[in-house]
Amino acid sequence: MNMRKTLLGATAMVALAASLAGPLAQAAANEQFFPVLVYRTGPYGPNGVPWANGYVDYLKMINARDGGVNGVKLTWEECETAYATDRGVECYERLKGKGPTGATVVQPLSTGVTFALTEKAPKDKIPLITAGYGRSESADGAVFKWNFPMLGTYWTAADIIVQALIKREGGAGKLKGKTIALVYHDSPYGKEPIAMLEARSKMHGFKFIKLPVTHPGVEQKATWLQVRRERPDYVLLWGWGVMNATALKEAVATAYPLDRMYGVWWSGAEPDVKDVGESAKGYNALAMQYGAGIGKVQQDILKYVYDKNNGTGARDLVGQVLYNRGLYSAMLAVEGVRRSQEQYGKKPMTGEQVRWGLENLNFNDAALKRLGIEGQLRPLRTTCDDHMGSSWARMQTWGGKKWVMHDAWYEADMQIIKPMVREAAAKYAKEHNITQRDCAKEMTSGS
Amino acid sequence: MLYRENGQFKTRYVDDAQIFPIRQDRLFIGAVLLIAFVAVPLLGSDYLLRALLVPFLILALAAIGLNVLVGYCGQISLGTGAFMAVGAYAAFNLMVRLPGMPLLIALVLAGLIAALAGMVFGLPSLRIRGLYLAVATLAAQFFSDWVFAHVPWLTNGSSSGSVTAPQLQVFGFVIDSPIRKYLFCLAILSVLALLVKNLVRGRKGREWMATRDMDVAASVIGISPVRAKLSAFAVSSFIVGIAGALWAFVHLGSWEPAAFNIDLSLKLLFMIIIGGLGSVMGSLFGAAFIVLLPIFLNRLLSFLGLQASTSFISHLELMTFGVLIVLFLIAEPHGTAKLWSTAKNKLRLWPFPH
Repeated sequence: MNMRKTLLGATAMVALAASLAGPLAQAAANEQFFPVLVYRTGPYGPNGVPWANGYVDYLKMINARDGGVNGVKLTWEECETAYATDRGVECYERLKGKGPTGATVVQPLSTGVTFALTEKAPKDKIPLITAGYGRSESADGAVFKWNFPMLGTYWTAADIIVQALIKREGGAGKLKGKTIALVYHDSPYGKEPIAMLEARSKMHGFKFIKLPVTHPGVEQKATWLQVRRERPDYVLLWGWGVMNATALKEAVATAYPLDRMYGVWWSGAEPDVKDVGESAKGYNALAMQYGAGIGKVQQDILKYVYDKNNGTGARDLVGQVLYNRGLYSAMLAVEGVRRSQEQYGKKPMTGEQVRWGLENLNFNDAALKRLGIEGQLRPLRTTCDDHMGSSWARMQTWGGKKWVMHDAWYEADMQIIKPMVREAAAKYAKEHNITQRDCAKEMTSGS
Repeated sequence: MLYRENGQFKTRYVDDAQIFPIRQDRLFIGAVLLIAFVAVPLLGSDYLLRALLVPFLILALAAIGLNVLVGYCGQISLGTGAFMAVGAYAAFNLMVRLPGMPLLIALVLAGLIAALAGMVFGLPSLRIRGLYLAVATLAAQFFSDWVFAHVPWLTNGSSSGSVTAPQLQVFGFVIDSPIRKYLFCLAILSVLALLVKNLVRGRKGREWMATRDMDVAASVIGISPVRAKLSAFAVSSFIVGIAGALWAFVHLGSWEPAAFNIDLSLKLLFMIIIGGLGSVMGSLFGAAFIVLLPIFLNRLLSFLGLQASTSFISHLELMTFGVLIVLFLIAEPHGTAKLWSTAKNKLRLWPFPH
């Protein structure tokens, strides 16, 4: 080995060691750090990109419009997970210690990563917001102190779709003897609704069949062959990324009536239907309260971020379904910080303090107006007992060019969901030796 | 000059049969172990230990296991992920269903169950070889993907097929901090690597290598191909199964069957091809290449002070990684282990090469 090669090798080794050595200690600054776990590549990239853009744009807008939260500037760093659990864990470990107070909240936008981080977040004292995804039983704050599945879980989603079907059939009794098929992504994400659909199937006497699709979901011929054979009355779609577009194409090819297909809110965005276009007309999907559109908050983003050429993505993507959902996710995190500042002072908050803020959020009508999301979200209120805050949703139908929102609002039936959440959470607590918090006591003591 | 065995006379057979016959090698390995067990935990940040070294150690262990099968016995396997999954779910069920089960015993039993699974799926190797065997082991992969996703008993009835590791405890120490996780994985890796190193130097290893080089000739000189191949499957799957249990329990903490999919099997195969077939050291190099290099590439730009979008960085990472694999295999088709031994040979003559 000659000298030059040795030197080159040594330099490379030093560079490797230095870059892997992890974040250096930073001087305390008046900053609040947000790790942003995203996926802008891979089979789920088309759906990950708008969400990530919305998330980052909202943080940018808060800095530009308000100068941060009560003078505390927001900082963030993106980390690509490619929807893979192990890379997600690496990203979390990489970013959790950054900023003067460490990571504020984590929002992985992946049920698999959520399951892995549910074990880690309590030890690191970092709250985990999973708006519209994640573990359904984590709505129980008495057991899952650090999880916040706000705005809905897969159990509420499944419940609401069944309610919509009941409404369409004209009564719960009419579902008896019907067949409902679930075409789902064969992962924790896709399997989450099964427990709820099984419970509802027992209640109403409909036949429930499960049709799994393996990751990433580009091969669904066998699944749709089964649909052709069984001819279910309704098909529920629980897909993500390329799986959604493929499922719709296969449904068209199988000549399955698309108006009898109901997607979850992750199967109802622009990237899912745009390749199918006109032929997917009539396909229904849940909307997590609001779909695509531009309201006050989106206008602020256009004004303070895009007009200054600071936008994360293309300007015409602002206000898309998944963009808005990324925006709400960031908003929940920022409002958690704002709420905790009321309790602990106007300075950068630690993860533990933000957790308190998230548990005591109250978006009433005045707050919705202040946030510029009037007409987009309904009031939301979290407590120690209820980390979900609200379970409203609406239905939307693909009109061939754009999503058409239905007027009716649905709220998940808590009489069915609450006991299921309690039971699953209690089982988790037992497996993990978690002492449940006494929420009644904590709420009266006012802390 | 420094690395030369001149003057080291071996007067007993024991001296001749030791793993590292050259004193400098022994010192070097001793120093490496000392650094790994003492210096790294003391100086390394939590991120380094937890997010980089723990996955590296566990996958290196799995690569060593796979190397027994592919590198030493010449049986190509694409089912490594499946055997890791068997180990992980076996350990999970043992811990959950038998309360009070010590972690180490659960790990060993999980390894034995994986070994059994490995032997069953190794049966086709008695009739077919080469690429056809690779396709047959692929069946193990798809079977495990399916069985762990669809048999609720194996996941203790979890509604989404995702299970969570119980609390880990060894001799009263709770394995929860990054340092403890790192030391636990390092200790297991060291013990099993030593075991494999010894095994391949002995009778069993020679049987495997004879079978690898030419199975007809091997059976002519009295080696039973059935026993050689199945024992390689068993030993390989045992180690891979333990690695799988560690990957699930220590690294992921909570996992679903997809954590052990075909991607992982291929990754492990790449590790030993790049690292060097038939070499314990090569497995470590290969694991470092596959686990650490992508993360290094991902962070390189920000380390150099350049700003770039996340998607650009991850595309760049994939492209650079691909180019490096190609370059590596052109420059040294026998893997990094070969580079290592070439360097050692040159060092013996340094500074007066002839």
